[in-house]
Amino acid sequence: MKENIIEVKNLVKKYNSLVAVDGISFNVRVGEVFGLLGPNGAGKTTTLEIMETLRDKTSGEVFINGLSVDENQNEIKKIIGIQLQAAGFYPNLYLNELIELFAGLYNVYTDPDELLDLVDLRDKKNSKYKELSGGQKQRFSVCTTLINEPKLIFLDEPTTGLDPQARRNLWELIKRIKAKGTTIMLTTHYMDEAEILCDRVGIIDHGNIIAIDSPDNLIDDLVRSGFERPKQVKLASLEDVFINLTGHSIRDV
Amino acid sequence: MKNIKYDQLRAMLSLTKASLKALMRNPSAVVFNLVFPLIFILVFGFIGGSSFKIDVVFEKNSDTSNHIYKELAESNTITIIKNPDYQNVFSDLEKGRIDAVINIENSPSGQQIISLKTTKASPERGSILKMIISEIVSKQNLAFTEAKTPKTELKEIEIEGRKFKTIDFILPGQLGFSLLSAGVFGTAFIFISLRQTLVLKRFFATPVKKVYIILGESLSRLIFSIFTSIIIILLGYYIFGFTLVNGFVTLLNMLILSVIALIVFLGFGFVVSGIAKNESAVPPIANLITLPQFLLAGTFFPISNFPEWLQPVSRALPLTYLNEALRKISFEGAGIFDVWKDILIMLIWGVVIYSVAVKVFKWE
Repeated sequence: MKENIIEVKNLVKKYNSLVAVDGISFNVRVGEVFGLLGPNGAGKTTTLEIMETLRDKTSGEVFINGLSVDENQNEIKKIIGIQLQAAGFYPNLYLNELIELFAGLYNVYTDPDELLDLVDLRDKKNSKYKELSGGQKQRFSVCTTLINEPKLIFLDEPTTGLDPQARRNLWELIKRIKAKGTTIMLTTHYMDEAEILCDRVGIIDHGNIIAIDSPDNLIDDLVRSGFERPKQVKLASLEDVFINLTGHSIRDV
Repeated sequence: MKNIKYDQLRAMLSLTKASLKALMRNPSAVVFNLVFPLIFILVFGFIGGSSFKIDVVFEKNSDTSNHIYKELAESNTITIIKNPDYQNVFSDLEKGRIDAVINIENSPSGQQIISLKTTKASPERGSILKMIISEIVSKQNLAFTEAKTPKTELKEIEIEGRKFKTIDFILPGQLGFSLLSAGVFGTAFIFISLRQTLVLKRFFATPVKKVYIILGESLSRLIFSIFTSIIIILLGYYIFGFTLVNGFVTLLNMLILSVIALIVFLGFGFVVSGIAKNESAVPPIANLITLPQFLLAGTFFPISNFPEWLQPVSRALPLTYLNEALRKISFEGAGIFDVWKDILIMLIWGVVIYSVAVKVFKWE
């Protein structure tokens, strides 16, 4: 078995009397795409932010690449990349300037063109973030997670609010990042997305992990338990129809 | 990149650079810092212009053979009324028909005693006259104490009837107000917007320390304000004949003072950004801080214009001391160390306001 890049043991987070995360444990292996699935308010973002060293935990242990989030916050920050849910960027700056800003904040030297190429945004380098389409914004957010050449990146609902074409485009990007050996931890509401992207998923509800395995195994387990879909399964979904009719090419001009 | 020590300074400077670029592209920053003060300077510069005159009467038995009389007579700002109606001179003063009555006596011990009577009817002119006379007197005293030095040198420190123009009063006030609004509005808006759009949070995900984020942002504001201050001062100097007594040295002293003041004013901005829930809550709170100072701190009118009960309020405001210190530097040729009292009061404000800022400032 591969070594773990994330180890979470009995993690608890309380906000006053509210228990947001109630003693969860899981590991993420080097090089895999791990999805944290769950309804709104299940504790996904809280868990993510504790791993990202952006939030204090109440109890439990979290190790990133063997470093404890209690003691090695700055060392951890150097080896992870973060995309926050619904985060903006410094106003009035062009994309290449934003990359230079982050390069400075990470103390690295980087070529903005090369990074923008990776997310197909080189022709937008002299645009401002707010001028981008939804899909372009998300691609740029992902791009900024790669500036410090991290071992591990966190993507919090990267495809929420995107149209089917833009979602597929982002999936391809995530696959390319994975192919380079970067571990990816993401959260999503979309099960089809998790099925396509994730090597393993953890399903979280009311602050507890209630299932953790590969999407295939989880589906097989359910079927073995005698589950049947109420509706006859067709060989294609409406989304397939939509993509078939409108094509794969992304629509952000 | 593996084991190179992380340099907070490099992170900070990259933020300063980014912030400065963004600031230059932000029309409201440029308007508030540069265009507004220039418009006020333009308007008041033309209204005042050369028509600004101080009418002075010398008392009947005043000594008029001395240097001070000559100096005042040569001044373009001052008109000495010849053959006045001595009977009614004090009622004229009361009514503001004349601005001041002066008497110069020579005491038996050889001292010159100047008594200056001004009027509440024209306090602005009165205080300007006071400034001009004390200027002449202090120069003369200086010359007196250095009497042993050769004559030629004496001549050098003689003033050449320097004219106190409206611009000399208006420009320092506008500069001061520009610094105040830059400090308060500038920082409040940016930190609230960075907080709300989670830009700050994204910064926290990098190894930069919080204090360097603040320092980086503040530094960009300092640079920007120095830049706008230089433009304001130089435009005033070349177009409206603003007085820079010692030229470049005076300019430099004004800039040093501006930096000190802006650091204090940034503290107000941090407090506002902490109190305001969102961006639309900034203007009312920020105006509460800037408007009273705009009106009461001697930006447009000398504080002595205000009723006596109001003057202590003016005397409590930090902008008052910046404005006064700027005027002392630009017109009287004071150095930065000569205005240490004004600076000290501003710094006391700084200590107070930053201790509040530390309490109310919000990161998330």
